[in-house]
Amino acid sequence: MTGEAIAVRLPRADIEAELAAARRPFFKALGTWVRNQPLGTVSLLGIIFLIFMAIFAPQLSPFDPVVPHYDEMLAAPNAEYWLGTDQYGRDILSRIIWGARTALYIGFTCAILGSTLGLVLGVASAYIGGWFDLVIQRMIDVFLAFPLIILALVAVAVFGTGTDKVIIAIALPFVPECARVVRAGALALRELPYVDAARALGFSNLRIILRHIVPNCMATYLIMLTSFLGQAILTEASLSYLGLGVQEPNAAWGLMLQGGAEEYAESAMWIAVFPGLAITLAVFAFNLFGDALRDTLDPKLRAR
Amino acid sequence: MSAVAGATLRPDTPRTAQARPPLLEVRNLKMHFTVAGGIFSLNKAARIKAVDDVSFTIARGEALGLVGESGCGKTTTGRCILRLEKPTSGEIIFEGQNLCNLDRDALNEKRERMQVIFQDPFSSLNPRMKVGSIIGEPMKVHGIYPKRKERDQRVAELLSVCGLNPKFMDRYPHEMSGGQRQRVGIARALSLNPHFIICDEAVSALDVSIQAQVINLLEDLREQFNLSYLFIAHDLSVVRHLCHRVAVMYLGRLVELADSDELFTNPLHPYTRALLEAVPIPDPDIEKLRARNVMKGEIPSPINPPGGCVFHPRCPLAVDSCRQEVPQLRQLKPGHWVACPRV
Repeated sequence: MTGEAIAVRLPRADIEAELAAARRPFFKALGTWVRNQPLGTVSLLGIIFLIFMAIFAPQLSPFDPVVPHYDEMLAAPNAEYWLGTDQYGRDILSRIIWGARTALYIGFTCAILGSTLGLVLGVASAYIGGWFDLVIQRMIDVFLAFPLIILALVAVAVFGTGTDKVIIAIALPFVPECARVVRAGALALRELPYVDAARALGFSNLRIILRHIVPNCMATYLIMLTSFLGQAILTEASLSYLGLGVQEPNAAWGLMLQGGAEEYAESAMWIAVFPGLAITLAVFAFNLFGDALRDTLDPKLRAR
Repeated sequence: MSAVAGATLRPDTPRTAQARPPLLEVRNLKMHFTVAGGIFSLNKAARIKAVDDVSFTIARGEALGLVGESGCGKTTTGRCILRLEKPTSGEIIFEGQNLCNLDRDALNEKRERMQVIFQDPFSSLNPRMKVGSIIGEPMKVHGIYPKRKERDQRVAELLSVCGLNPKFMDRYPHEMSGGQRQRVGIARALSLNPHFIICDEAVSALDVSIQAQVINLLEDLREQFNLSYLFIAHDLSVVRHLCHRVAVMYLGRLVELADSDELFTNPLHPYTRALLEAVPIPDPDIEKLRARNVMKGEIPSPINPPGGCVFHPRCPLAVDSCRQEVPQLRQLKPGHWVACPRV
């Protein structure tokens, strides 16, 4: 190091004492959030309940979700089978609890996969710019022209059915959607003086992207991720209902709406009503939570 | 110094040339931007001459003011020197090396010696980083104080040099006032022990009392660490206070360059005169008696600048030849350079 160091020495003890200053407690912040976002809080509790259900499915479910009870077929809700049984005599409550596992597994994997790849693609597109940006954005335009379910159907047609392939089929359409939104934010960030300052300080492109651009895209990223959760669960249910998603005998909410649910809709409506309710409430909870999160993270909306 | 024949000297040699060897030399800097009209009209692209043939030097420990209206190319000149833009042509010689043809690694090494302070104290600090990391990160990247503890100590020192309490290193930028943030920006610029700092409108966004504090801080730092400044501003009183020499830019070109006192007491170029006359005097009685020659017209578009002397459409002294010939800087007095043949 050349040049004269700018030297004013401070007693070390002083500095360490100053550094030990207390932080804002986390629980206080959480309390404020609960008061400002009552709907968000309710939906968060719902999501926590769902996650709990998914994790402890083996302990919570009264019956095995795939084992048929041929002597109890189409039983109405009763003391033993709280939500009734389907046309094979499988317990609907147990299938809903295990279905939460499928729904959340696919929902979270798709949302995280889709939004993370979207973040990478969006930031790269904005930062590199030029022809790269142009080509990527026109490709994204093509993808955005199709509704989510159509793209997912195309992907299923290409990759085939089954849980892992459904994840790819649903996550793929999320990538361009997230990339477009992230790119818009990253384009604005790229021109900010602190990015110029980082370049003037001789930081590498990777450091500028990872330390200065990506952290400031996190709000957008999280909002996209939560909004994808609800969409992914709904799309998975749709694909399973169409017979293109999760396959029998696995428990999945969309799958439960198919077959016997249609056949016995009038005589044994519980087969269709309860899984439908589960889908509705789960998607509703994720969407409400997404809205609350957006209000909290997006300062422009927060001011209103 | 003044004994040297004017014609052979570059329009930039300070009067105290022997005492201060040049730290930075800018030669014939040009920065032309291409304004593309979209992918189907690439051949019809217009060019903006943001900076056109600008030359000057800055000595060690010297503060050079760069003034002019909005859009005259002051900031672009600064960005070119920092190599945030790649200049169209020209040379930027900093500590004996031409920055225009250095590769990335060599350039990053030079960047330790050259820093920038921005106008807006709000967007010039990363909102997701604590003050301690903002100031410490450059040292980490360049391997100065690789140990966390030493680095924190150093950050605390820099904060106190800039008049901030060291405990601010645990704060986020949004928890601070504009003046405090600007001091953080200054501390960040100092973190690599630079020799040269570009202050791009560094005090324009602050209110007057804070401005005075920050200007005094910049002045103290210059004296203490023998720093050089390129002080880009539109506030002439600030420039007069802080700078040894002042360069005036108009539409991408340097029109006048002189020692600070000389320029303010004896402006020669008609544009500089008009600029100085536009500065209000805080006394209504004097203000009433002043003869006002308000400049006529608007600043022309840099896409389609006037031929010859760019100032001729608004110039009170313009004659026919001003429309054809581009005036070169010439030395009228020792150290006083003017790009106008009519004065």
